[in-house]
Amino acid sequence: MWEFLQTYGPRLLDGALVTCAQFVLAALVACSAALVAGLGRLSPVWPLRTLATLYIELFRGTSLLVQLYWIFFVLPLFGLSLPKFEAGFLSVGLNVGAYGAEIVRGAITAVPRGQWEAGYALSMSPARRMRRIILPQALVLMLPPWGNLLIELLKGTALVALIAVPDLMFVAKQINGTTFRSAEAFGAALVIYYVLARLLITPAMRGLERTMARRLGRA
Amino acid sequence: MDLSAYPLELPESDRPMVRFLNVTKSYGSLVVLDNLNLDIQRGEMVSVIGPSGSGKTTVLRMLMTLETINGGVIYVDGKPLTHMVRGGRLVPADEAHLRRMRASIGMCFQHFNLFPHMTALQNCMEGPVQVLGLSKAEARARAEDLLAMVGMIDKKDQHPSRLSGGQQQRVAIARALAMRPRIMLFDEVTSALDPEVIGEVTEVIRKLVAEHDLTMLMVTHQMGFARDISDRICFFYKGKIEEQAPPEQFFANPQRERTQQFLRAVKDAD
Repeated sequence: MWEFLQTYGPRLLDGALVTCAQFVLAALVACSAALVAGLGRLSPVWPLRTLATLYIELFRGTSLLVQLYWIFFVLPLFGLSLPKFEAGFLSVGLNVGAYGAEIVRGAITAVPRGQWEAGYALSMSPARRMRRIILPQALVLMLPPWGNLLIELLKGTALVALIAVPDLMFVAKQINGTTFRSAEAFGAALVIYYVLARLLITPAMRGLERTMARRLGRA
Repeated sequence: MDLSAYPLELPESDRPMVRFLNVTKSYGSLVVLDNLNLDIQRGEMVSVIGPSGSGKTTVLRMLMTLETINGGVIYVDGKPLTHMVRGGRLVPADEAHLRRMRASIGMCFQHFNLFPHMTALQNCMEGPVQVLGLSKAEARARAEDLLAMVGMIDKKDQHPSRLSGGQQQRVAIARALAMRPRIMLFDEVTSALDPEVIGEVTEVIRKLVAEHDLTMLMVTHQMGFARDISDRICFFYKGKIEEQAPPEQFFANPQRERTQQFLRAVKDAD
């Protein structure tokens, strides 16, 4: 085992770094898409509502793998070619963003009605009320489910190996293919994924929750 | 709804601060307010009382334009609130008109509705900075003055979750006043408070009545308080004004059967 790590450790680490990059970029895509689609779902303008619903239905109702293949293999047929790295985090991000949109929508509607009314009574415009009063409170409500979703997202990035993005999973498969030491190769990948989720994402989200709670004066 | 019978603007000679003119509010077939006509004069303090479901809170919410109306027109300082003039006719108001008009109206709610993610001071600065466009320094000075007036200056950096109900309501009053409204609405502002802190909130309202020329409309269940500070009591019953009179007369010598019943019931409960 030790000798395996000595030989393949650096490559696994490179793979893990690509996974981290995919994770961060996909998370950015997911958060932005979720915010836009979540607000779109609540918009009084019906075309925006329809667009948001279409996006959510499409990306939540079909398989991530199929979406990945569509974006990487089919979009070029319509003249839109994306490099595999970009296609990877974009697919994963858009997929998770569709779930996130429902979290955003739910959190916004969970902010008490009195908060809207208080902003209204101060003559705030709808956009300003959303930005200054409602979203900051909704953010606190949506953090715990987002923590969950981000772990899903990390694990989802493993699929980008299938379009040959050299991430952790891709490297593990390569090592397995050349050495047939499946237990070590996939075991190492398993541990690294767990460590990333458990020791990076979870504490980061907890910290964020605590910070937000403090800003509400509740800590 | 035919609006041609309503004036586009009230004449200078007959311009109360607020006029409800044949205002009707219903939810489906349930009529909450039936053909309401009510004037509130400049600087007047009017208390609205009545049994629950009589439509009294709806009166305030309509004036804040939190509720739309189904008939009639509300005028504020002679200008239509719920409607606007377009092409020489009254049409239902758009969002921009409502926002402009409601800038002169402030409201305090039963459950305070302070913004939980802001300190007391930030709550009072939010409207002036974001809506009125005051600089941070100006807004802070104004907010601190008002927090001092309601006796909350030493808690200005606390979040609402650290404040008692009475303290939150006093901050909420300061927040509404920071917009320099000409009309203040108090919607059962002491109903959610513990008995021992009601006094600190009523004290602030007494001070407002004594020191400011605000026009005020208050829904309350506290008969003694209403009698002390109001210029007029309006008793609502089933969506109509059953009786209205200056407080001495209203409480000493109520004319209507319903009013007498209500006052007896309230007294028994005390």
